[in-house]
Amino acid sequence: MATKKVAAKTAKKAAPAKKTAPAKKAPAAKKPAAAAPAVTAEAPAEVPTNPTWETVQIARHPDRPLFTDYLTAWAPDAEELHGDRLVADDPAMYAGIATIDGERVVIVGHRKGRTTEEKISNRFGMANPDGYRKAMRIMRLAEKFHLPIISLVDTSGAFPGLDAEARGQAEAIAKNLADMSVLKTPIVVVVTGEGGSGGALGIAVGDRILMLEHAIYSVISPEGCASILWRDGKMAPVAAQALKLTSGWLKKLGVVDSVIPEPKGGAHTNPAKAIADVKKAVLAAIRELKKIPVEKLVEQRYAKFAAMGRF
Amino acid sequence: MAWFTKAPEAPLRIPTEAVWNVCPKCKAYTPKEVYAENLKVCPHCGYHGRLSARERIALLADEGSFKEIAAEVIAHDPLTFSDASGAYAGKVAATREKTKIGESIVVGTAKIEKLPVVLGAMDFRFMGGSLGSGTGERILQAAETARRLRCPLILCTASGGARMQEGIISLMQMAKTCAAIQRLRDEGLLYISVMTDPTTGGVSASFAMVGDLNIAEPKTLIGFAGRRVIETTIKQKLPPEFQTSEYLLEHGFLDKIVARKDLKAFLAKMIRLTSAK
Repeated sequence: MATKKVAAKTAKKAAPAKKTAPAKKAPAAKKPAAAAPAVTAEAPAEVPTNPTWETVQIARHPDRPLFTDYLTAWAPDAEELHGDRLVADDPAMYAGIATIDGERVVIVGHRKGRTTEEKISNRFGMANPDGYRKAMRIMRLAEKFHLPIISLVDTSGAFPGLDAEARGQAEAIAKNLADMSVLKTPIVVVVTGEGGSGGALGIAVGDRILMLEHAIYSVISPEGCASILWRDGKMAPVAAQALKLTSGWLKKLGVVDSVIPEPKGGAHTNPAKAIADVKKAVLAAIRELKKIPVEKLVEQRYAKFAAMGRF
Repeated sequence: MAWFTKAPEAPLRIPTEAVWNVCPKCKAYTPKEVYAENLKVCPHCGYHGRLSARERIALLADEGSFKEIAAEVIAHDPLTFSDASGAYAGKVAATREKTKIGESIVVGTAKIEKLPVVLGAMDFRFMGGSLGSGTGERILQAAETARRLRCPLILCTASGGARMQEGIISLMQMAKTCAAIQRLRDEGLLYISVMTDPTTGGVSASFAMVGDLNIAEPKTLIGFAGRRVIETTIKQKLPPEFQTSEYLLEHGFLDKIVARKDLKAFLAKMIRLTSAK
């Protein structure tokens, strides 16, 4: 399969690329992004790769379009709005208002950062409680001014830090889940890269959940799962498969409404096309949702999540 | 064989577990009966030991008042998950057999000091109290029952977090439970979250933290990320009181820490103080 070959190449390419960013090592223990290339570099002899693991590599590819790439292409007029009005402005989370093809929207999303400097200041897109609270504050503005919300998800998880815990990481995410479930405005969520656990879900309760073909979305990183259930982080490729974290599976499981196809080999091979395709899908979803009376929309959102895991 | 080289006989050993409770925190020995009389609270250090769901319900509900609901909702295996130690389906079946409960939470209608409530209690013995699809569905049904009966909802948590064997479906239970509880709260009904040891990960980051009242037992472990993960990430040792209920109270995330012996009376008082006359 074409995808397979590209992915294998990708993985090899990714390994040396990571060496240039030693800071990535910081969150290594839990954070898949750093551990992944190392695993593929050492492990293939004992743990054979598989298509799911290749998808994980594409989802984490260093050249994959990031939040800022989407925003710049979609909405050059976007105004970023800062701060949670409590303690800080978290650069790992973007929140702002923009016009996309004449459609006024509020947009929020994880911002991983492209350069080493950005990555460090943005904690590789792992948001603090301040990030989740800022996103919620701006989403409330969306409700007030009847603007649809676009949420772009791309994070390996919420930041596991001392300050994050002290300021209530759990409470911040929980509050977002509760508040987004009743927000009276359309919400379109797109998992563009990594959908890492609660840190992803914290901005991912919506009316339409879209996912890029090679994105991943999971309750735990394959590395974390492997180290707990296989007692060996090197078993990540196996854990990835067991977790069924690909777009195809998520669609089947009813968690994702539709999958946005990527250019052959992954979004990084033709970012402009990928970015345009995602825009088309998002705008189509927004226009569809805007026709639904808002009370009914909120009812449907509840029914959607209530049905998940009901057998 | 000379007497001095003779191997000593193995010392007489009575299994301590049969007679004594050993506190996991201070390692003090307490006779089992004394420990049980003290509601499984260590009389030496005050650590509140883990209760099963049934024990928790017996502690809080008026005698004979608890009627289980959603008992037919049990754990499912949406991913046909299997890991190094075998299939998830088999493990769940064994856990169900051992604990005699169908999921990691037991929910039902009950009375607390004659006040009608919907009460739920998690059980750490059931897959570490993890949040599976059955758990989420039971919580949703509990919240909807409370809405229908117009009475308060009380959930006692004890959980390591989301159940990774159910993958993304488990993650979605965080959103599902929060959505159900938010609807209840929007209708002016009281939701009290009682956090017991431990309340971490996906459970702390969902229904445990959105109470109108968030309360906890003393010295309870409450947090989002695991201690080791944080230490590796920030490359610092964390203070010992980090992620305890006392730490959370100090940082403004708990309304109150309530000792187990006072829990029932406290819940009844808060229900009386907030319910319409």
